[in-house]
Amino acid sequence: MQTYDLVIIGGGPAGLAAAVSARKDGLDDILILERDKELGGILNQCIHNGFGLHTFREELTGPEYAARFISQVEELKIPYKLNTMVMDISGDKKITAMNREDGMFEIQAKAIILAMGCRERSRGALNIPGYRPAGIYSAGTAQRLVNMEGYMPGKEVVILGSGDIGLIMARRMTLEGATVKVVAELMPYSGGLKRNIVQCLDDFGIPLKLSHTVIDIDGKDRVKGITLAEVDSDGKPIPGTEEYYSCDTLLLSCGLIPENELSRSAGVTLSPITSGPVVNDSLETSQEGIFACGNVLHVHDLVDYVSEEAAQAGRNAARYVKNGSAPSDRTIEILPTDGVRYTVPRYVRPTLMDDKLTVRFRVGQVFRNCSITTYFGDELISRRKRQVMAPGEMEQITLEKAKLAQYPDLTQITIKIEEA
Amino acid sequence: MYDAAIIGAGVIGCAIARELSRYQIKACVIEREEDVCCGTSKANSAIVHAGYDAVPGTLKAKLNVAGNQMMEQLSEDLDFPFRRNGSLVVCTKEQDPAGLDTLLERGRANGVPDLRIVDRNELLAMEPNISDDVTCALFAPTGAIVCPFHLTMALAENACANGIVFKLNTAVTDIQKTSDGYDVITDQEVISTRTVINAAGVYADVLNNMVSSHKLTITARKGEYQLLDKSAGSHVSHTIFQLPGKMGKGVLVTPTIHGNLLVGPTAVDTDDKEETNTTSEGLGSLSAAAAYSVKNVPLRQVITSFAGLRAHETGDDFIIGEAADAAGFFNAAGIESPGLSSAPAIGVMVADMVKTYLGLDAKDDFISTRQGILRPEKLSIDERNALIHEQPAYGNIICRCEMITEGEIMDAIRRPLGARSLDGVKRRTRAGMGRCQSGFCSPRVMEILAREVPMDISAITKSGNGSQIICGRNKQI
Repeated sequence: MQTYDLVIIGGGPAGLAAAVSARKDGLDDILILERDKELGGILNQCIHNGFGLHTFREELTGPEYAARFISQVEELKIPYKLNTMVMDISGDKKITAMNREDGMFEIQAKAIILAMGCRERSRGALNIPGYRPAGIYSAGTAQRLVNMEGYMPGKEVVILGSGDIGLIMARRMTLEGATVKVVAELMPYSGGLKRNIVQCLDDFGIPLKLSHTVIDIDGKDRVKGITLAEVDSDGKPIPGTEEYYSCDTLLLSCGLIPENELSRSAGVTLSPITSGPVVNDSLETSQEGIFACGNVLHVHDLVDYVSEEAAQAGRNAARYVKNGSAPSDRTIEILPTDGVRYTVPRYVRPTLMDDKLTVRFRVGQVFRNCSITTYFGDELISRRKRQVMAPGEMEQITLEKAKLAQYPDLTQITIKIEEA
Repeated sequence: MYDAAIIGAGVIGCAIARELSRYQIKACVIEREEDVCCGTSKANSAIVHAGYDAVPGTLKAKLNVAGNQMMEQLSEDLDFPFRRNGSLVVCTKEQDPAGLDTLLERGRANGVPDLRIVDRNELLAMEPNISDDVTCALFAPTGAIVCPFHLTMALAENACANGIVFKLNTAVTDIQKTSDGYDVITDQEVISTRTVINAAGVYADVLNNMVSSHKLTITARKGEYQLLDKSAGSHVSHTIFQLPGKMGKGVLVTPTIHGNLLVGPTAVDTDDKEETNTTSEGLGSLSAAAAYSVKNVPLRQVITSFAGLRAHETGDDFIIGEAADAAGFFNAAGIESPGLSSAPAIGVMVADMVKTYLGLDAKDDFISTRQGILRPEKLSIDERNALIHEQPAYGNIICRCEMITEGEIMDAIRRPLGARSLDGVKRRTRAGMGRCQSGFCSPRVMEILAREVPMDISAITKSGNGSQIICGRNKQI
């Protein structure tokens, strides 16, 4: 059986940044396993710009952003296998993978970084009633067809869900000659970035209907139309508000689900909120030596944060390979309450953590003129005012090791959203 | 001039075709859809019933028990997945357990083996997630689950290998009596035949009524289902039925042969024989209905929903046999539940009638077995690597949810009656049937279809003409 110090599952933005960072931290024996025919992951189909403002201080397209990391992987001579599907990961870090050239093979890794990304919620998972014709695509599938294959999936489009891919595809389909009639969003707020609503909908005169959903799909062979209805505060359609839109295409952008089937087979504990692994400050999962980063850990809004998080996972995996398992330490739980849905990481080890630790999270609803507050036990430690916070955008706080050292008996940190 | 024209390539038409292909016969199967298994056969509970449900003496009772007995050998001969997982009919504390005794007696009268009543303790050991209100159940060890797609395709491919002609994309518009049989008028051609076999599902009444004054009325009875992810597939291990009560026949909760969990069906009669849409009321009713028998069904893990139409005949039994006033016109009509279970037996019964009518002789070179699509997941690592060495496409995963390789998809396209659409590939290989519902693999399956058939990518459909996936090149629409 082949052995590697570190195997990274996935060659998208998370896997690439993790690999680069682990190599720069002195780890030689690394392998990236990628199921697609090239590195870069979903960035390759994101041909719009807006990537890299934080990381590179410039606006790049998705493929350009990926290329920056791919060229580093090439320069650092980090080996990778393309068209290679990981079939299984065991709790003792044995990986079973397969491709055309090597057949099915096993690798024993000292450490693993999970970087498999996420998938889109499908029509079936959304329970949208109606017929099952052609013409219903997840926004990402349509994006691949248009941007990578050069094919148009339809001419008259309705989009359900205002996630970022849906918003981007509203503009994209319009630019390629299709008519986007409306974007409907179940929630009373958009799930996407504000800038995408402005640049992809407002600039093209595409209406966004909040608190609306698709209640019927018409057409037996190909979509002929859909029925939208307004929903009440419980998300239930309000009778009498139905409105029929003739269209040949329905795109779905209704949320992303971290792809953790392999994590589950490795025995990694998953969070029911994020659907990703529960991790500590080193982004290590419940299984020793198995780390996670990027959208497999929790769905990110900006790829820049994925790169940052993945670099952290890479450093910690390198440290784990070099030093073995960490000495035992106290563990402080970070508790999300009052509007904070979850935090990544979930646990902090105050003597082992980095000097500064970024804790990322999302809020559960739109908040205006509120503050993010952090409590050590019952003591208010920080209060940061934010004009607007929305579920579509990640928030973060920073924990400092020096500060935590002053609280030797601390067992719980609470993060809340409070009136300003 | 054909000896027999079978109308409908569902499980019944294909079972009859396969049985007729044992004889020296020139026969065809006429199907309006682009593939076999596109109507009721593709959207049902995928259950092989034990046979305690039907009233003793009916065709349903006789053919169900016979079909159940035949299914195991058939699955070996024709290589399709089938498993006797056993079924349970549960009785809740609001219900009279005497209802189970009635079923037990009925089952014994029908010849169902090994039926017995189990008490709550035994039931809990068998099914830990059984609802708290359930007091006892009827256990039928011969109840089974099957893949209805693979069953139908196996029958069709075997019939095809034995010389039966399949005319797909061919819709029957009329049937006219001729001096030596019938002219079946279709939208493609006129097919002259000595006999007609009506296996047209919900349309069997329309066809019968074209030639016979003994009118049939088939009502489409819609059933809606939810299919859950494989992560929920072990929530129950038996097929859990509910004792019919004031809530109607109830819904079943069952593992599928491929490891998902299936919940359904509803039962609503409709005038529209094409009304295969799901509804918010129907889907919404399933969770409460399922809770009568099984607790904590993780319906949040639903990956898809669908509706099928049962062909309900007013007399409540299968109508099988020659129409009284139309010699050589054979009906296999009103085949609702337990139609899938009965299919092998119906095939034999109808083929016997046609054989006698036409005076057919057996064939010397009948091929009795068929090999299904090779499933690499069933091989050892060494065998699998030998296969990949020989055909590297078996090392290339296309559908990541179900781990389906390019080699399997190529096999599905290249074999007789091969797949020509995304749904055709899906039903044969499961590519696209997993939790992402073809989000990732559909563009890649399209590439493989375009290359293998070969066909232009713009002509690729989801499920036949009119269901094209793409509408042109960028900027050219």
